[in-house]
Amino acid sequence: MTALIFFLFAGIAVFCGISLVAQTHPIASALSLIGVMGSLAILYLQLGGEFIAAAQMIVYAGAIMVLFVFVIMLLNAGAEGTSLRVSAFAKYLGMFLLVAFLGLISFIIQAMLPRTEGVVFGAFKGGTTADVGMKLFTVYLLPFEVTSVLILIAILGAIVLARKEI
Amino acid sequence: MNFFILSLIKAGIIAFVFLTALAYLQWIERKVIGHIQLRVGPYRVGPHGLLQPLADVVKLITKEGVLPSHVNKFFYLLAPFLAVTLALISISVLPFGPQITIGSVTTWMQLTDLNVGILFVIAISSVGVYGVALGGWASNNKYALLGGLRSSAQMISYELPLALAVAAPLLLANTLSFREMVNYQSGYWLGFIPRWNIFPEILGFIVFLIAAFAETNRIPFDLPEAENELVAGFHTEYSSMSFAAFFMAEYANMVTVTAVATLLFLGGWQPPFPEPYSDFVPIAIFGLAGLVALYHGLNPARRMDKFTLPGAALLFLGIAALFGATFFLPVLKPILMALFWFCGKILVLLFVFIWVRGTLPRFRYDQLMRFAWIVLFPLAMFNLLVTGLAVALSSK
Repeated sequence: MTALIFFLFAGIAVFCGISLVAQTHPIASALSLIGVMGSLAILYLQLGGEFIAAAQMIVYAGAIMVLFVFVIMLLNAGAEGTSLRVSAFAKYLGMFLLVAFLGLISFIIQAMLPRTEGVVFGAFKGGTTADVGMKLFTVYLLPFEVTSVLILIAILGAIVLARKEI
Repeated sequence: MNFFILSLIKAGIIAFVFLTALAYLQWIERKVIGHIQLRVGPYRVGPHGLLQPLADVVKLITKEGVLPSHVNKFFYLLAPFLAVTLALISISVLPFGPQITIGSVTTWMQLTDLNVGILFVIAISSVGVYGVALGGWASNNKYALLGGLRSSAQMISYELPLALAVAAPLLLANTLSFREMVNYQSGYWLGFIPRWNIFPEILGFIVFLIAAFAETNRIPFDLPEAENELVAGFHTEYSSMSFAAFFMAEYANMVTVTAVATLLFLGGWQPPFPEPYSDFVPIAIFGLAGLVALYHGLNPARRMDKFTLPGAALLFLGIAALFGATFFLPVLKPILMALFWFCGKILVLLFVFIWVRGTLPRFRYDQLMRFAWIVLFPLAMFNLLVTGLAVALSSK
């Protein structure tokens, strides 16, 4: 059952990822990205990271992507035309080369990384909100705070750049 | 019993009751608004318009679904589907009552309890905006697009105070699960004041309620569908069942948000009075309602009253008798009492929603945004800081 759910949502994630690049319309691409994020959230959930899954949905799918969609709608961006002329020969050879390249990369990664045991769904128990909070405010406190300051600086920079000259 | 079959049965019951309740919520809203404006509201279909929701459903199903020629077909059809799915999904983590035992089966009156249940509801409500935004954009219509844009901007803005207001009771109860949240609120201070979160968190409750009005696109924050500016806003181009889907999503969101407010601030299914007294309240309310209906049925003011009101009286007295029977049937007691208090609190909050719609005019758009960022957000932040300080000082 867990394997079935995993392959279903992994498949959706890959499909949405390809669709993100292949779509010509910006809104369709943005929605594909939301599909990727949603299915990743479900994979996190399967691995035992409940808080991460919820945060993924709230922050990425809920807040950031709404902003993306909002901006695309506001600018009323239309569909991109395909001006690129590709010969059929290059297309099919390219597909073959792509598959070969991906196979090569996955083979190298397999060979280089040490053999570990497979992931067992439900084995990881440290993903609750309390665990994440504990880690965040003890072990990883400094990186966490530094990241917050960085984001704050970015926000201030955006405001300064966007403000009209008085 | 098999977990799978049990879940299927519970899901079926919840879906049926919830969808019927949505249809009748619309009847209640039209009735209440009607009486506020000195009209009678729906009156023709069935006694006191009670069959009006059924007639509306038949009307919406049999209407022609017009597909405008200039729309983006895929997203135009996807949008109402998204809106209604995301609106209905949150109900799966909300508990309606305590653990109950029927025969040999012991189960919770809840579909499933996530240990991040509250975050789940916030996550679903934060992606819920896509239905409205996409519907507005895909219609390829200026008014609809403006409605969609307004609703995305409004929902992003009001989500912040909403989430901050929710965070304060979480700090008090130290949990993210709805079940434990309600358990935390059981018991009484001084023997008669219920230990509900609304008393220490009154500021948080008010912020939550105001933000909830904006999140559900209700008056006075219904700018996305402001009739005098935008025709009908994001659903201008929709007809038939796809329009009904948007309509249903709005009411489903309203029920969800009031249920969440009840669970977080008003103690869920916990009665407001200590145990022996609270058991008599439903009997008294339904008995009194039955007697009033019986009196008016015997002295009819209108022609049909002598048929309809005794029927209503019979219904109310029957319910009162059912609650009376709980004293002899301990199996029924936790189910009925929990449902009575939970639904009662939700109905009171829903009445407030409708009451506000009948009372307040619509905000202007800049007022709406300024209110969110300058008033509501700092208030929620202040509330969270004070709560955090209190929890930190008292935990030592």
